[in-house]
Amino acid sequence: MSPEQRSPEQASPETAPPEKLIRMANQISTFFQHHPEAEAEIASHINAFWEKRMRRQILAHLAAGGAGLNERVRTALRQVKPG
Amino acid sequence: MGLIKETDFGTKLAAGAPVTLTIDGQSVTVPAGTSLMRAAALLGTQIPKLCATDSLDAFGSCRLCLVEIEGRPGTPASCTTPVAEGQVVHTQSERLAKLRKGVMELYISDHPLDCLTCAANGDCELQDMAGAVGLREVRYENGATHLNASKDDSNPYFQFDPAKCIVCSRCVRACAEVQGTFALTIAGAGFGSHVSPGMDEAFLSSECVSCGACVQACPTATLIEKSVIEQGQPEHSAVTTCAYCGVGCAFKAEMRGETLVRMVPYKDGQANHGHSCVKGRFAWGYATHKERITKPMIRAAITDPWREVSWAEAIGHTVAEFKRIQAKYGPESIGGITSSRCTNEETYLVQKLVRAGFGNNNVDTCARVCHSPTGYGLKLTLGTSAGTQDFDSVEQADVVLVIGANPTDGHPVFASRLKKRLREGAKLIVADPRRIDLVRSPHVEAAFHLPLRPGTNVALVNALAHVVVTETLYDEAFIRARCDWDEFSEWAEFVAQPRHSPEATETLTTVPAALVREAARLYATGGNGAIYYGLGVTEHSQGSTTVISIANLAMATGNVGRPGVGINPLRGQNNVQGSCDMGSFPHEFPGYRHVADDSTRAIFESAWGVALSNDPGLRIPNMLDAAIEGSFKGLYIQGEDIAQSDPDTHHITAGLSAMECVVVQDLFLNETASFAHVFLPGSTFLEKDGTFTNAERRIQRVRKVMTPRNGYQDWEITQMLANEMGYAMSYAHPSEIMDEIARTTPSFAGVSYALLEDKGSVQWPCNQAAPEGTPTMHVGGFVRGKGKFVITDYVATDEKTGPRFPLLLTTGRILSQYNVGAQTRRTENTVWHEEDLLEIHPVDAEDRGIRNGDWITLKSRAGETSLRAKITDRVSPGVVYTTFHHPLTQANVITTDYSDWATNCPEYKVTAVQVSHSNGPSEWQRRQREHGALSRRIETA
Repeated sequence: MSPEQRSPEQASPETAPPEKLIRMANQISTFFQHHPEAEAEIASHINAFWEKRMRRQILAHLAAGGAGLNERVRTALRQVKPG
Repeated sequence: MGLIKETDFGTKLAAGAPVTLTIDGQSVTVPAGTSLMRAAALLGTQIPKLCATDSLDAFGSCRLCLVEIEGRPGTPASCTTPVAEGQVVHTQSERLAKLRKGVMELYISDHPLDCLTCAANGDCELQDMAGAVGLREVRYENGATHLNASKDDSNPYFQFDPAKCIVCSRCVRACAEVQGTFALTIAGAGFGSHVSPGMDEAFLSSECVSCGACVQACPTATLIEKSVIEQGQPEHSAVTTCAYCGVGCAFKAEMRGETLVRMVPYKDGQANHGHSCVKGRFAWGYATHKERITKPMIRAAITDPWREVSWAEAIGHTVAEFKRIQAKYGPESIGGITSSRCTNEETYLVQKLVRAGFGNNNVDTCARVCHSPTGYGLKLTLGTSAGTQDFDSVEQADVVLVIGANPTDGHPVFASRLKKRLREGAKLIVADPRRIDLVRSPHVEAAFHLPLRPGTNVALVNALAHVVVTETLYDEAFIRARCDWDEFSEWAEFVAQPRHSPEATETLTTVPAALVREAARLYATGGNGAIYYGLGVTEHSQGSTTVISIANLAMATGNVGRPGVGINPLRGQNNVQGSCDMGSFPHEFPGYRHVADDSTRAIFESAWGVALSNDPGLRIPNMLDAAIEGSFKGLYIQGEDIAQSDPDTHHITAGLSAMECVVVQDLFLNETASFAHVFLPGSTFLEKDGTFTNAERRIQRVRKVMTPRNGYQDWEITQMLANEMGYAMSYAHPSEIMDEIARTTPSFAGVSYALLEDKGSVQWPCNQAAPEGTPTMHVGGFVRGKGKFVITDYVATDEKTGPRFPLLLTTGRILSQYNVGAQTRRTENTVWHEEDLLEIHPVDAEDRGIRNGDWITLKSRAGETSLRAKITDRVSPGVVYTTFHHPLTQANVITTDYSDWATNCPEYKVTAVQVSHSNGPSEWQRRQREHGALSRRIETA
């Protein structure tokens, strides 16, 4: 069934793949790698710019093991607000 | 209301010491270097003239402006004679009258006497001068003439009729001095002298870029707008601001009734000083194009035909849908997109509707996909999200570094000013994968072209900084006074590492190290160094990093905080600066203040009378992700075409298709409208009042010159939606919206329509500290306090070439088309660009057996499309380039969802692709065309 034929009640149950958020979080981490308080900067950036659905999704991914997330991000996510 | 006529002082303004002289018995004091003609004009005395006009250097050829100077023999030309202390000048005498009459008689002897039927009747300087000198007869009847010369109608917008030409050279000089294209010359000699486009070619096939400077300069009907020929002379006019690029040219909209006759660049326009390009000057026909939609329409499903409805039904249906969606999926399931083509007041209202009416921060703007990294990078380093200079600043630049911008195509009026400065001796460094026109064009040649591999901007700028630091070319006094020295030291230690040297980075950038070293030395030591950059900087996975690295470089060399230097983002759309200023980003209120800032939120909660969210909303790509995920269901899009302009088309259309109510407010049924459920017809810039803010932070008026064909200005439509949502808005005029912006936004505190009326324009910050605005920012200190040096490590993009996709695609735009082409494709500008082409290097073409003009398939991991090839060595081997102006090509089906780390600005400029032979449009293109045709059907009653 094409998306345009889908009725409102049949909204896609598919959740956005975490790969995009994982890549984004790792990208942020790479930028702040030289910062003495990298983890705080990463968390601050995510809190400032990511909408809460995205924050919850990455936190849920971390809770599920956080595959693909680098260590700095894993540490930083402890300071990310779920919303 | 009549026609606005600027005074022509005949020659340019001078800036010397005061000189006092007497003209026709009146004393006048003017700067040394002023011409007698200009001094007389300042007294109100119009000395007859034909070859002189104050936008051009004095020429002294027409011999009509002769004067007498006591104690000096002869009758010198007043345009080329400078004033001198104590001079006594006479502009009128029996001898002068006789001389002028004789000159005019000769001119008229070779000019058709068809004034009554001439299109310039009433606006002809030759006619005026004949009257001024009292010409009553022409005695030369049987001599040779040019009256049978053929007209050149090749240009779609203006006619060249050499029979009416007096060979005053104003057109030739305007093309050279103002535009800098040098497309025109005077060919031949003596009686055979004539204006020649190129080598006696037709205008259309010559190098002419159709800027209109020659037409504006022509004192006769030789070069005249076809619209004037067809409609007659305009009878009233209003000054307004162009709705194309971020230069923000001021124009006189010259009218007959509510019909636009022509757009003439306004001499007092502080961004353009009377110049224009082909888009602003001529490409306004879209405003009345037959495809324009003027009635609201709705439909249940995007496969249904549209049904025209009343405004009340359209607004009611939209709001009912949005309320239904919010009730079912939550308050954060809807959002809005503001338009950088709309006014400040309109974008302010859309973000207000979203924050106060929808109750969330899900608002974003097209700056997301262009200059959002500029906002992030400059705010972080300097303290404010905007360029540092005005355009006039380029006149004091000694070295100009253009990186990732193509001003002659994207910002042509600024490019003309830049080229003028380069002809005066300033040096140019171009960092661009392509050999853009600025690298080498008539009378302009870059000192250095750094043809870097796409995606390596940070490596290149770090290498420039490496040279500055390791060769001690930095400005220590500036850094110690203006920046944090410890942060500088840390940064300097970083860029001094051998891995950032030009020699080490050459393997990444492919730019020879020696070139990088020489360019760095020139920028650091060549005097005032100014950086101008564009989307070639921002639209990368490291877009924000590059902006930061540029700020580092400018601060390190002391090139911030005075005229002639600075960091100048060349903004893409007319009001992209304004849409960002007005709080279009999901994390910021107007004035770039974060939604989590309690004091700022309190200001807006008090002004708007509602509680506001302190949590950032979704950005455009996040909205589409959330739509596919199933939590985002309704979107109000004012004046944007994300289905064509945004990257990874498949993803965009999947997101739109997953929504239950997409509302498009636009002039035409654009590509996004093919996925919409409500269409609200929008109004053009000619049909509305408001303001635009250009790339130099200049706020300028947009003035309504005709009734909106759709019935409402865009801000009125947003207001109707808000009221229907239950959030009351009752603005009677956009000036009231600006007053609210001034009350709530410190950098706009002093802005009002009254001030704009008085000053013409003003650059923010405009407040108590700067009541007349701020042409140059960070004078004496950075907005954030100390300038912040930030370490910028180069990180290669994840988008890699390989066996499947061995070439790198980079995208851009060309002079005659604008953005997604919705406007320019509906004008005669299509004669210059009928389709998007793929530029490919001869070596890459030969490897694939591709010939010029062949249909090729362009394929990436995101998608594929077909277009025709253009073989050129403007691109380096391994790099291909195309534009995204045409929906049939849909270049963004190729681009990926990779984006800038800080802002999610898409990585348009780097896509790994393969190019191969094709027989024509791809299967996807055929399906896309069929879908478009199906979805654009309008049900007839």
